[in-house]
This record gives sequence, structure tokens and C-alpha cells, in this order.
Amino acid sequence: MGEILVLVDHVDGAVRKSTTELLTIARRLGEPAAVFLGSGLDSALEVLGRFGATKVYVVDDATIGEYLVGPKAEALVAIAEKASPSTILVSSNAEGKEIAARAAVRLGAGLITDAIDVDADGVATQSVFAASYVVTAKVTTATAIITVKPNAAAPEISETTPAVENVAVSYSAIATSAKITSVAPRAKSGRPELTDAEIVVSGGRGVGGPEGFGVVESLADALGAAVGASRAATDAGWYPHAFQVGQTGKTVSPQVYIANGISGAIQHRAGMQTSKTIIAVNKDSEAPIFELADFGVVGDLFKVVPQLTDEIGKRKS
Amino acid sequence: MGCRHDQTPQECEHFAILRSLGGWFTPMKIVVLVKHVPDAASDRAFASDTTTDRAAVDCRLSELDEYAVEQALQVVEKAGEGEITYLTMGPEAAGEALRKSLSMGGDAGVHVIDDALHGSDALATSLVLAAALGKMEFDVVICGMASTDGTMSVVPTMLAERLGLPCLTWASSLSIDGPAVTIRRDDDDASTTITGTLPAVVSVTDQTGEARYPSFKGIMAAKKKPVTTWSLADLGIDPAQVGLSAAWSVVDSVTKRPARQAGTIVTDEGDGGVKIADYLASGKFI
Ligand SMILES: Cc1cc2nc3c(=O)[nH]c(=O)nc-3n(C[C@H](O)[C@H](O)[C@H](O)COP(=O)(O)OP(=O)(O)OC[C@H]3O[C@@H](n4cnc5c(N)ncnc54)[C@H](O)[C@@H]3O)c2cc1C
Ligand SMILES: Nc1ncnc2c1ncn2[C@@H]1O[C@H](COP(=O)(O)O)[C@@H](O)[C@H]1O
Repeated sequence: MGEILVLVDHVDGAVRKSTTELLTIARRLGEPAAVFLGSGLDSALEVLGRFGATKVYVVDDATIGEYLVGPKAEALVAIAEKASPSTILVSSNAEGKEIAARAAVRLGAGLITDAIDVDADGVATQSVFAASYVVTAKVTTATAIITVKPNAAAPEISETTPAVENVAVSYSAIATSAKITSVAPRAKSGRPELTDAEIVVSGGRGVGGPEGFGVVESLADALGAAVGASRAATDAGWYPHAFQVGQTGKTVSPQVYIANGISGAIQHRAGMQTSKTIIAVNKDSEAPIFELADFGVVGDLFKVVPQLTDEIGKRKS
Repeated sequence: MGCRHDQTPQECEHFAILRSLGGWFTPMKIVVLVKHVPDAASDRAFASDTTTDRAAVDCRLSELDEYAVEQALQVVEKAGEGEITYLTMGPEAAGEALRKSLSMGGDAGVHVIDDALHGSDALATSLVLAAALGKMEFDVVICGMASTDGTMSVVPTMLAERLGLPCLTWASSLSIDGPAVTIRRDDDDASTTITGTLPAVVSVTDQTGEARYPSFKGIMAAKKKPVTTWSLADLGIDPAQVGLSAAWSVVDSVTKRPARQAGTIVTDEGDGGVKIADYLASGKFI
């Protein structure tokens, strides 16, 4: 079986869960080989081995972190030209999609984005038109590039000791044409990542202001959940944009999604309507969110949500 | 050269002096890529050949491209002058996306239209748009962050790759200063500033700020603005390279997801929180 390249999504060697999902999917398709770009390999290697990477290609040079995706794309292309993989799997986020787009042009490879599953034949499943359709598609070129959304597979352990192969890449002028001039890291909330969380508790315009998110966060913490927000709330600056759920934010598909003070506009639904269970609290009984809620309470979220948080606390103790 | 209607005589003179200083100062030329898409608020569907059904639903200028139009207009307003051309690839109705953009402002439109383009994938779309850009003059190409139908977010990057230009994507703010273009990008882990040199390709998100509504005057003016159409032959592209049969990925099946059914909706009578707790407990979530 040929090599399947998995581009590792990591921050200084801390491997994202989505990469362990990609390695799991890669094992269905062939021999998983990880592509690790940047520094921090030492901390990453153990995780990559645990999830079955038999080989790790490494490009670690200063250029990688200094420019927007260009060097990463050229490094991936250089490795793909050596390895001739049948499939390259990349995480479906802003950076991953951009690397995939460049690699597709360079390698003459067909591209599928935002897969929610990939089977052993390389058939990708996508959720399209605001999650109203499920589509299956396949790439017809010798190499396929597929970007895969978080939670596409349950990560399965398969212990290996990967062989490490260092690769040197010389970059073109174009790879280094978009320079990163400053990076302001975001403070970590300590809560689970929005796209990984089993439970998501969201707030919308109905929370009334930044303080209003206090009741949303308290409920999230009682449930060990992630916090999400509608665009109305992020646009107003009540909650950071990174937590926005919807068409221009994150797509989430948790076991439980609790929408508080959110009307349920199509653009919001696009990001959450594949949640297994949807619960809504809204004071307007006509709010469209109730059309898709499995359980809904028509009421004031400032009464209902704190009571729920207390009740969870009581039942836990 | 005469003054533009929206310039004061002082501004006009100022720019005339700058121009006379030598060839280095020329008004900025911007191309904005706009796509005509099925309205995201309508019941979108697939045609029998598994391509997006454009006949069954209302189509419109992609909402996410309106932000690109707005940014282009702001760049020109800030600089005091500049030229904006909208470029679209799509069937005849896509001309409406150009008219809508022109009614917001800007100068001209280019419409790439050819029956062979039906069903083109992102790679083919970028091939065609890159060829069109190759025939146009520009300092910067501004795109939306994604088309609302395909939602791939790859065309801007593919264009930059094909044209060998710097690509600054997912801008939540954008500024152009002399030969430099700078964006802020708000990723999950960090807020990042990125700089490149013109000419460049930029894509902008809906964080850049609300797009203006066309004024009545704008709508009337748009009718007189020039729109050029180009076929694949005009671009020197072999029809065999594009369209559904040339796509490098094929759709096997499309299935409508059953609409979610409304469940139990209760009115809070002082115990709404407890009822949700009961519901969560029944599903073993707590
Ligand atoms: C191109 C484009 C992209 C977009 N992308 C996104 C996206 O990614 N994500 C997104 O969310 N939106 C997105 N939107 C915006 C979307 O159309 C809606 O405007 C937005 O989702 C509305 O947010 P909301 O539900 O919080 O606010 P509203 O629609 O104003 O709803 C607020 C709700 O709160 C209820 N409420 C008020 N007070 C209380 C209270 N005390 N207790 C209980 N309920 C209360 C009200 O009854 C109302 O139903 C996008 C729009 C466009 C045009
Ligand atoms: N057919 C098209 N005509 C003009 N611009 C397009 C077309 N397709 C994509 N674009 C541009 O590329 C951006 C991203 O599109 P996509 O990669 O399809 O999500 C859009 O917001 C447009 O600016």
C-alpha cells in the first residue's frame, strides 16, 4: 500500500486532536506518514507514533514560521513529490485549506474540502448548503488532496515507532512574499476546544452584553462544555470572534448544543444543525431555533440558565 | 486629465502634481472577484448532473463578496482616486452580480461566460480567472473569504499560486500604503499581522465591516458602466480543460438531509432550568 501523507496541525509541537483523527483515517487508505513542519518535533513524535504514523517527514527551519503558508505549502509539495502519496490529508481550517489549495495547483491534484468522513476507497463525505445535503465525492487524479473537518473520525490508537526523515527545502521567492510581522497570541480559556467539545453552550444577542456571557460560561463550566456565540454577539464585541458558530465561524457537531438567546438564523444553523441534540432557551416562542430544537424552553435566559446551572451542581453532589 | 466628480479641485490638483512627479504615482487599480450564487436563505438544491441548481432558486451576488466590494470602495475613497473593475465567471445571470457590485460603486465589469464552463471545479475556475486577470491591469485583487455555495475558500489562493503573487487571506482588516498591503487576520490561536508587496491577492472576511447598500443614484449609474464579456477563446483556454467532464473530483451522490423535527417546547413556569436538567439527565448527559 502506498503512503498517505497527513499534514500535522500543531502549535510548537502540541499536536491538535484533529491530526490524530487524520492519522486514523489515513490507516484506512494506506500507510500513514506524517508531515511535520516547524519546531517542536520532540513533543509531537510520541503522539504521532501512538496514532500509527510509520514515518514522519520533518522540515524544521526558521522560514516556516515567518511567512503565511507559502513555505509550508512548498515543503508539503516537496515531500509529496518524493513520496508520491495517493492521498494527502490536511485539517480543514484556514491554514490547512490554503496549503491544500497551493499544493493542488502545484501537484495537479484534485481537491476536496471540508470532508466529514473519508472511507477506505477515498470517497469523501461532505455536508453542504448549510448542512441541508450530504454529498459523497471522489478525486480522479493520481494524488488526492482532502481537507477534513474536526471530529470526522474517533481517534484510534495504534502504537508504532515512526522513522524520522529530515527534509531540506529551498523556497521560491513567492513562498516568502506574505510576511508575518506580528503575532498576538490569544489567552486560553481552559475550556475544551469549540470544535472538539462534547457539549457546546452558546449565547446570542439575547444575553444583552459582555456581562451576560457570565451565565453562559457558568453553565458551560458546570457541564465541562465549550462556549460558543452567534455573530450578533461577536460583532457586538461581547465575545471573541474565534468562538463564533456558523457560516463564517466554526462548524460544531457536539452531542449537545444549548442555544441561549439565539434566534436561529440560517447562517447560525449552518454551523450547528448537525449537533446530535439541540436545546434552546429563548423568550420568543416564534424564534426559528425552536423549529430544530429537541428540547426548548420559552423563557428568560437569565432565569432559566442560572437555575439549570444550580440544578446540575445539586445533582452532581 | 480632468477631475473626477467626487474630487474637490484641491484633491484634483494634488493628484495632478503627484502624477507630474514621474511615473511612480498612478491611481490604484483594483479588481474585485464577485460570484453569483444561489441565495443562502433559499432552499438550495442540486441539478440532475449533481451541479448546483441555479434555476430552481433565486441567485444573488454572494453576500461574502459584498465585503470585498466594500473594502475596494474604501481603499479608493481613502486614496482619493483609483479604479475598480469587477470580474466574474458564470452563466448569463452572473451579470447581475456585476450590476449589483457596480451599483455599490466602482467603474467596470468583466464577465467570463462560456457554455463549456458549466460544472467547473475550483482548479478550473482559478485557471480561468487567472487567465482573465492576465489580460487586466491591477495592483490588487480583492476576493471574498468563501463563496456561499461552494464554501471552499481556495480560489484566491489558487489564483495567487497561478499568477505568482503574494496572497494575504482571511483579512479582518486591510490597509494599502504605497507598495505595501497589510492585513490583520484573526485566527483561533492568535491575531496576526501580515504584509506583502503589490501586486497581491487579498481575501476579506465579514469582520471587515458591513457593506453599503446601493443608492438609487448608484443603481441608475451602474446601468451605464461598461461590462466586457470574454469567452474561453478570448482567454486562450481549451474548453477541454474546464467544465464538469474535466473536473478533478466527481460527486458520486447527493442526499437531502431530513429536516430536523421540532421536539418538546415548554414555557418556563419557574422551573424551566429544572426541566432542561431532567432532559439532560434522561439523555445521560449529566
Ligand atoms: C454573510 C453572513 C454571514 C453570517 N455568518 C454568521 C455566523 O457565522 N454565525 C451566526 O451566528 N450568524 C451569522 N450571520 C448573522 C445571522 O444572519 C444573524 O444575524 C445572527 O445569527 C443573529 O444572532 P442572534 O440569534 O444572537 O441575534 P437575534 O437574531 O437578534 O436573536 C436574539 C434572540 O434572543 C432572544 N432573546 C432576547 N432576550 C432574551 C432573554 N432575556 N432570554 C431569552 N431569549 C432572549 C430573542 O427573542 C431573539 O430570538 C451571518 C450573516 C451574514 C449576512
Ligand atoms: N466563479 C467565480 N467568479 C468570480 N469570483 C469567484 C468565482 N468563484 C470564486 N470566486 C472568488 O473567490 C472567493 C472564494 O471562493 P471559493 O474558493 O469558491 O470559496 C469568492 O469569494 C470570490 O471572490
